[in-house]
Amino acid sequence: MTKRVLVGTRKGTFIVEKNGMWKPRLAGHAGVGVNFVAADPNSGTLWAALGHGHWGAKMSRSDDAGATWTDAAQVKYPEGARYLSPPDPGEETVEGERHKLRPATLLKLWAIAFGGPGQVYVGTIPGGLFASQDNGQSFELNRPLWNHDSRGGDLFATEGSGITHWFGTPASEGGEFAAGLHSIEVDPRDPRRILVAISSAGVLETSDGGQSWRSRNKGMTNDYLPNAEAEWGHDPHFIQMCRAEPDHVWQQNHCGVFYSSDGAASWKKVSHPDQGVHFGFPIAVDETNGRCAYVVPGVSDAKRMAIDGGLFVARTEDGGETWRELRRGLPQEVAFDVIYRHALHISGDCLAFGSTTGNLYLSEDRGESWQTVTSTLPPIYSVRFA
Amino acid sequence: MAQVEVTRHLKEYFPQLAATPLSLPASSVAELVQALEADAPGFAFYVCDELGRLRQHVNVFVDDEMIVDRQRLSDRLGDESRVFIAQALSGG
Repeated sequence: MTKRVLVGTRKGTFIVEKNGMWKPRLAGHAGVGVNFVAADPNSGTLWAALGHGHWGAKMSRSDDAGATWTDAAQVKYPEGARYLSPPDPGEETVEGERHKLRPATLLKLWAIAFGGPGQVYVGTIPGGLFASQDNGQSFELNRPLWNHDSRGGDLFATEGSGITHWFGTPASEGGEFAAGLHSIEVDPRDPRRILVAISSAGVLETSDGGQSWRSRNKGMTNDYLPNAEAEWGHDPHFIQMCRAEPDHVWQQNHCGVFYSSDGAASWKKVSHPDQGVHFGFPIAVDETNGRCAYVVPGVSDAKRMAIDGGLFVARTEDGGETWRELRRGLPQEVAFDVIYRHALHISGDCLAFGSTTGNLYLSEDRGESWQTVTSTLPPIYSVRFA
Repeated sequence: MAQVEVTRHLKEYFPQLAATPLSLPASSVAELVQALEADAPGFAFYVCDELGRLRQHVNVFVDDEMIVDRQRLSDRLGDESRVFIAQALSGG
C-alpha cells in the first residue's frame, strides 16, 4: 500500500506522498491550526482536530481522502460538566477552598484515536475523553473518567471532594492551564481495553470499554513534587503500545523515558541521560517488536531544544537497556527543532517527524538515515502515517 | 427586523450567509444568534461556547456599540437595529 503522511500544522493540513520523491502539499484548513490529523483505518475517513484562533475548537472530516473537508459533529461538554482547578492569581477564594469548581467548555481538541469499527475517540482540554460509536456522527463525554475520584468525584451530581489530583498543563501550545488528555491507546486485541494519558495527572486504564478506570502509574517517579512516588501528578508527554505486542507500552514523560512490559501495570525508568535520552515529547514503538522504541531527545524541561544544536533520534531494541543515536541526514549544527508529542510516527520501516521550525524529516530504514522532506512548513503539531 | 452583517471570515465557513446583511426577527442578540443557527447550522458554536457565552475573541456590535452582556447575549434589539458580528482584533 502506498504510504501517505498526514501532517497537522499551525496553518493547515498537509499530505505528503511519494512519487519518486516525498513531496508535501496543502490539503485543507489553510490558515487554521490543526492539532491532529489522522485516518480511521476502519472507514478511511480523515479526521482533523482544529483550533480556530477566534471561533474555537472544531472537528473536521474528509470522506474523499482530503479533497474536501466539512465540519463534523462537534465535541461539546454536556450541560453540568464541571471540573476543579487551582485558583487563578487574584481570584477570590473562601476559607479552606483549595480548588475552584468551574463549568467545562472546550478549550482544545488534542488527540484522535480509533477503536473497533465505528469507534472514534477524541482527547481534549480540559481533560476529557469523548467517544463516538457511530463513525463520528455524534460524540459523548466519557463520564466515568470525568467523574474519577482522582479529580474530585462526580461533579455533575454532587459537589465532590473539592480536591483534584489532576493539575494544569501549560505545555500545550495555547497555554490552556487545565489538565489535557493527549494519548489514547486502544488495545488491538480488545477494543474495550484502552490506556489514556493526561498531562499532569498520569496514565489510566479501562478494560470494560470506559465504564471504569484505574490508575496505571506504579513505578513512575517525578522530580517536581515533594513525594517522588506520588500516585498522581505525573506528566506523561505521550504513551504508545506496540501493535503486535500490546503489553509492551512506552512513555516519554516529563521526567524521563519509561517502559512497561506488563501492559502498564508497572513502569521502569529507562532514560540514559549520558546519551541525552531523557527529556522529550514524542515516542514511537516498533509495530512488531515491543522492546524497540524511538525518541527524539531535547535538552531538558528548562531548555526545550535540540542537544548541542544537533538533532538526533534515539532507538532502543532491548527494552531501553541501551540506546543508539541515529543522526545520519539530520542537521548537526545550529538545529533548534522541537518535536511535539504527536509529531513522530512509525509505519513498518518508515519513521517521520516534524518540528516547530517547520522541518519534516523521514526515514525509510528504521531511522538509520534521514531525509529532509521540507523545511518550509508552518510549526508542525502532528505527523501520522495513513 | 434586525439587520445583521457578519465578517467575511465567517462567510467562508457559512456560505449560506454570503448575502448578508440579513433581516431576521429577533428581539435580543441571543435570539439573533439562534436565528442565524437555524439558517446556518453550526454557526452558534463558532461565536459562542457550550454555555452560550460569547467567545473571548469574538465581538458583537449593535448600532456600532459593543454589546454589554457577553454571558447571555441579552442585549435588546429594535426593529431598526443593525448588528455586526466579527472576530475581535488580534493586533500585530
